[in-house]
Amino acid sequence: MRTLRQVGIVGYGAYVPMYRLNAAEINRMWGTSGAPVEEKSVVALDEDTVTISVECAKQAVKRAGIDPYQIGAVYVGTESKPYAVKPSGTIVAEAIGATPSVSTADYEFACKAGTEAMQTCIGLVGSGMQRYAMAIGADTAQGRPADALEYTAACGGAAFIFAERSAETVAYVEASYSYVTDTPDFWRRPKEMYPRHGNRFTGEPAYFKHITGATKGLLQETGYKPEDFKYAVFHQPNTKFPITVARSLGFSIDQINPGLVVGKVGNTYAGSSPMGLAATLDVAEPEERIFMVSYGSGGGSDAFIFTTQEALKDKRGGPKLGSYIDRKKNVDYATYLRHRGQIIQ
Amino acid sequence: MRRVAVAGVGFIPIKEYWDRSLQDLFAEAALKAVRDAGGTEVDSVYVSNMSGSLMQDQINLGALVADSLGKPGLPAVRVEAGTASGGVAFHEAVKAVASGYSDCVLVGGVEKMSDVLPEVATTAMVMSEEQEYTAYTGVTQAGLSAMLHRLYLDLYAEPAEVGMMAVKGHDHSVGCKHAQYPFRMSIDRAMDSPMEADPIHTMECSGVGDGAAALVLVPAGESGVEVAGSAVATDCCSLTTRNDPLVFDAVKRAAEKAYRMAKVKPGDVDLAEVHDDFTIDGVLSLEALGLAKQGEAAKLVAGNATDKDGKIPVNTFGGLKARGHPLGATGLYQVAEVTLQLRGAAGDHQVPGAEVGLAQSMGGVASVSAVNILRRFGK
Repeated sequence: MRTLRQVGIVGYGAYVPMYRLNAAEINRMWGTSGAPVEEKSVVALDEDTVTISVECAKQAVKRAGIDPYQIGAVYVGTESKPYAVKPSGTIVAEAIGATPSVSTADYEFACKAGTEAMQTCIGLVGSGMQRYAMAIGADTAQGRPADALEYTAACGGAAFIFAERSAETVAYVEASYSYVTDTPDFWRRPKEMYPRHGNRFTGEPAYFKHITGATKGLLQETGYKPEDFKYAVFHQPNTKFPITVARSLGFSIDQINPGLVVGKVGNTYAGSSPMGLAATLDVAEPEERIFMVSYGSGGGSDAFIFTTQEALKDKRGGPKLGSYIDRKKNVDYATYLRHRGQIIQ
Repeated sequence: MRRVAVAGVGFIPIKEYWDRSLQDLFAEAALKAVRDAGGTEVDSVYVSNMSGSLMQDQINLGALVADSLGKPGLPAVRVEAGTASGGVAFHEAVKAVASGYSDCVLVGGVEKMSDVLPEVATTAMVMSEEQEYTAYTGVTQAGLSAMLHRLYLDLYAEPAEVGMMAVKGHDHSVGCKHAQYPFRMSIDRAMDSPMEADPIHTMECSGVGDGAAALVLVPAGESGVEVAGSAVATDCCSLTTRNDPLVFDAVKRAAEKAYRMAKVKPGDVDLAEVHDDFTIDGVLSLEALGLAKQGEAAKLVAGNATDKDGKIPVNTFGGLKARGHPLGATGLYQVAEVTLQLRGAAGDHQVPGAEVGLAQSMGGVASVSAVNILRRFGK
């Protein structure tokens, strides 16, 4: 998919809460072994998806150097809305000073809600309906105690402000692609606290099929090959999946390493691939091409091609994602449960 | 009794078939077997399946698979004997042709494990144990075999010697197109893998997969592969009521009868496909089959006697561990593989000059076993 007028990112921000739960601590609790990631991020008592989104959004506005009042759309992609009914987007828009002349909504598409919001923003700006549109992918991901997801379900997010391509653009969108089927690999029913999943069904017929489909679709549409990209970001639910899918598609470890934050952060669901993109932008040089693919259960993938511009170097001030990752405090299992509201007074 | 021959074999690669049904898988293997038999007209069908009633909520498989073959009207029946279902179904099909009641029998096994979550698969496995006495305690099939494994280690062998059963299976599976895990695995990888049920490591256990295998049986002529011996035997369901839990009596009884029918001794067998769902079960099966003395099978496997060019090649396509173990279909994969060996059609897996081959499967912890011995005609 291509827009009528060229669109790009003018500002971005990413955030990870400071607390961590190590896989060894989960193994200690359940007498298990294994570690799909080294450790995962945990929110503080007063953090949720909205506060994470606001952190990312504020940083994105600051880096973009724009008047937030000019932002015409704020979309939050998440599967951990603090309210079942009441938009997270309104709180974020209010907090950053984008209200009231603004369109907001919350997007739900499991782990690709954030990139679905990006597709929408690209469309709004590309059509000329909005000057600035902000897409956020953020989650305080849920995982049932002792479930495989408990090792990885983590907290964090990233925000991107889109505008028409100009000298201010840090990375412009060359093209995008969406690949969706009805695949019930992972879901959460209303009023249920934790998602359920089909174990190995979440792999080959879900994650791998859709990421592969979206990647091949976008490469075919644009005529690019894996070696035409300096970097690649694949949705990162654990360390193994993105490495496996990258290799099978002909991408190298060097291409995905800069954006591969899951080992130290965990799976931030809707925040996962957006954070990977943010981490990649943190280290990229101008005129470098980035390939990005999300995966959301249910299921589908959004694929994007970004090319960085000169402005990137001047528009990534303030704390980088890596500094949020390094700033950490490990907690024990009981503290983790308390912070996640899984035990209450 | 009429002599019986294998006229056709057919099977599909063992893997996860997310987008296909039980009857799809059966039909593909069955039609391959019928084509291999020269497109012969089948007059009856046996289908072996262990857990369709739990994993697909599906019973009445006879009618289902006859319909899936485009042959509603055929007599068709499901055979279930736990994980021995395939071997037992083959035995029943042999009897149908030997008795003269049927002239062309299709016997096919199918299992689709990827439809269920791991805990359901675990439940399915332990359903072969007596619910009122054993299964209700919460023990798993791996847990039961682990007790035998522990005792075997105390008496006879080192952990890595038993573990070699899995390593050798993987060695043999390399290049096998229908194997689920056709790659080499080192003994270190097996011994460093997490415990499934102490002392059984994860990499000593067969995996979860979908598969279907089928054979066509006809009265024997003057060529091809014939069924030399076929027997089924049972044992006390509970390990605690057996004389010696390390002796698989069901396997022993079935083997002795099959050897008698075939007029061969264990030493005459050129290759064996044995039931190594866990390494210890493969080791104890070799002993019960008389292919190793009691307490010596692990050392035999750790040496080179069971290698492809050894004295008695075992699990020449990888066995349950590496070829795969789709429960009710497994026993028929074994017989199909033995048939390929005796036809001289086993490719890179060929045991040179193979004339007599044996397939052994078992259900529960060897509370039921089928032993089928095949022979190249004229030998």
